[in-house]
Amino acid sequence: MSSETLSGPILTSDGIPLKVSLRKAEKRNKIRAFLLVLPLLAFILITFIIPIGDMLARSVDDRYINTVFPKTFEIYKKWDKQDLPPEEVYETMFFEINAAKGFKIGKASTRMNYSKSGWKSLIKKSQRKFKKIKEGPYKEQMIAIDKRWGDPLYWKALGEMVDPTTMGYYLNSVDLKYDSNKEIIAQPENRRIYNHTWIKTFKVSLLVTLFTLMLGYPIAYLLATLPLKYSNLLMICVLLPFWTSLLVRTVAWMIILQQNGVFNNLMVIAGLIADENRWKLMYNETGTIIVMTQILLPFMVLPLYSVMKTISPSYMKAALNLGASPLHAFWKVYMPNSLPGVSAGGLLVFIIAIGYFITPELVGGKDGQMIGNWIAYHLKTTLNWGLCAALGSVLLFVMLVFYWVYNKIIGVENIKLG
Amino acid sequence: MALPVYATTGQRIGYYSFLTYCGLVFFFLIAPIFVVLPLSFSSSPFFEFTREFMSFESEAWSIRWYKQMLGICDPDAVITTVCTDKWMRGTVNSFYIGFVSTFLATALGTVAALGLSRPHMPFKGLIMAILISPMIVPLIITAAGMFFFYSKLGLTHSYTGLILAHTALGTPFVVITVTATLTGFDNNLIRASQSLGGDTMRTFFKVIMPLILPGVISGALFAFITSFDEVVVVLFVGSVEQVTIPRQMWAGLRQEISPVILCMATCLVALSIALLTTVELLRRRSERLRGIKNR
Repeated sequence: MSSETLSGPILTSDGIPLKVSLRKAEKRNKIRAFLLVLPLLAFILITFIIPIGDMLARSVDDRYINTVFPKTFEIYKKWDKQDLPPEEVYETMFFEINAAKGFKIGKASTRMNYSKSGWKSLIKKSQRKFKKIKEGPYKEQMIAIDKRWGDPLYWKALGEMVDPTTMGYYLNSVDLKYDSNKEIIAQPENRRIYNHTWIKTFKVSLLVTLFTLMLGYPIAYLLATLPLKYSNLLMICVLLPFWTSLLVRTVAWMIILQQNGVFNNLMVIAGLIADENRWKLMYNETGTIIVMTQILLPFMVLPLYSVMKTISPSYMKAALNLGASPLHAFWKVYMPNSLPGVSAGGLLVFIIAIGYFITPELVGGKDGQMIGNWIAYHLKTTLNWGLCAALGSVLLFVMLVFYWVYNKIIGVENIKLG
Repeated sequence: MALPVYATTGQRIGYYSFLTYCGLVFFFLIAPIFVVLPLSFSSSPFFEFTREFMSFESEAWSIRWYKQMLGICDPDAVITTVCTDKWMRGTVNSFYIGFVSTFLATALGTVAALGLSRPHMPFKGLIMAILISPMIVPLIITAAGMFFFYSKLGLTHSYTGLILAHTALGTPFVVITVTATLTGFDNNLIRASQSLGGDTMRTFFKVIMPLILPGVISGALFAFITSFDEVVVVLFVGSVEQVTIPRQMWAGLRQEISPVILCMATCLVALSIALLTTVELLRRRSERLRGIKNR
């Protein structure tokens, strides 16, 4: 600053250098802006971010079992994992099973059952029969009650639980598990479900993204190039499904796709398919894909439309004028310009699709289940919350990667609604 | 995009097949919504277009399911599914939870959007990403997390829990719409108001609010419809006590397959048409106010 070197720093009327005064004012503005955001930020942190964090914590949490068998596990750690554990492990186990109340031991034995099935019934049986045992040594008497107490595999399975955290649920969510020596191995053939489901989830989401693009691109192009009075009217067709309840749309599709539904009836009347071999369009993967395509189509059309609206029609005219055929002009000029819209719409649809739960549950049948359905199943039916949280965390992680990409390419603040 | 007069036959064929394709896609988008309307007046308990129904025989058409929806029981009906007041209770609950959470979401979201739109906002990107996240994270994950955490606080199976959850889900919409309205907002208006002696509150209600009102209202409507349609969180955080319309429809589809669902669906379509119209009118008004010509 030349003025500064000539006459010293510029001062405000009260003698403070202008720079200092400005910085102070800016800081005040920053704080004021932040204070406006603070209530919502705090609200979202408490009601939303912390619950998600709680789920993440739960996916590795293995403390509960440690509160039920603290002493047993303490002694268990010293065992060399050869043959059977020593008498004192049996003894503490005996007392800790007796000390635990019904609910507590039930929850603990459910956890033990995850690493070796059979534990739950063994504990249940032992609880009843332990009353007979009056004094030690306990090892032989426990084995006499149930010979599973003499099976080293059961004892080795406990080794996976002595740490307060476990990766077991994560392993389980990708069809792996710990063997009795805490080595990671694949699940037995008949218990592999999740890898298959993960692949299916990605496959369905990709197909839905592809189909929405195929259906959405032309209509977005039409909407962007039609005169406004027509396009506004047609826009309603895109926005109305967007505003209509998800369940209403799913019900509507159930009416259309079922065996005696509208689609099959029309096809039979038209003579295109025979009455006895009507197409099975619902309660399978096909159904899930058809319905999700229609439901997510607006999420593809709206970003595409807002990008296409900014492409000047004169580009195409110039290309045509210079002798390009319409298709060539479209491919070389219009398409590249619309790519930001394609990536925005595609990412948005994909992100929404991989977490879908309601539609696959209602029209997917057995074959169309996605990972969201398994999360719900473990949350409500099996109550295996650790596995539920692990599946959810993996899904969340995948989501966040795509969200991050979305944010990098498009920016969250550019999400437009209607 | 219209066809020029000198278009070749090939171009004409291409153009019209393009239009046909688009027509089919629009049909695919819009037709399923209207399939439910006629069926809701069918007397059959199945979700089917029967022959009698299609030939407009009077016995095949009835409003009995609407009566059931309203909780009016018909004693001499041939086929009666269990007559309940659940639909009406669900309606009341849906509106109650919807209104309260919309109010909270709108208040919190509008204030936050004002802060985010200020030129001096620190960590804007990060904060925006956090505030938008409830809209992005799959509902099933949100529901699982909320179920785990809220049960520790004793908020599951309570209206409070559901209202908090729906408020969190609704705020991103308010933040997005209000920040969109605030782009191009002339900050000199605030300075003018302050220099003329208006204090913060007066400036907010007399200068800022009238200008951003269209954005606030459409954000509120988005928040409302989000809460009103939401079923996943209701299923896991709520209980049978907090039955809402979507939850009752879910139960209706999973367990009893009652045609009353179709009547409720029809009502919901009517509601969504009303909301869509309102939002569209507001958007145009807002663009006019801000002097933006049709994009």
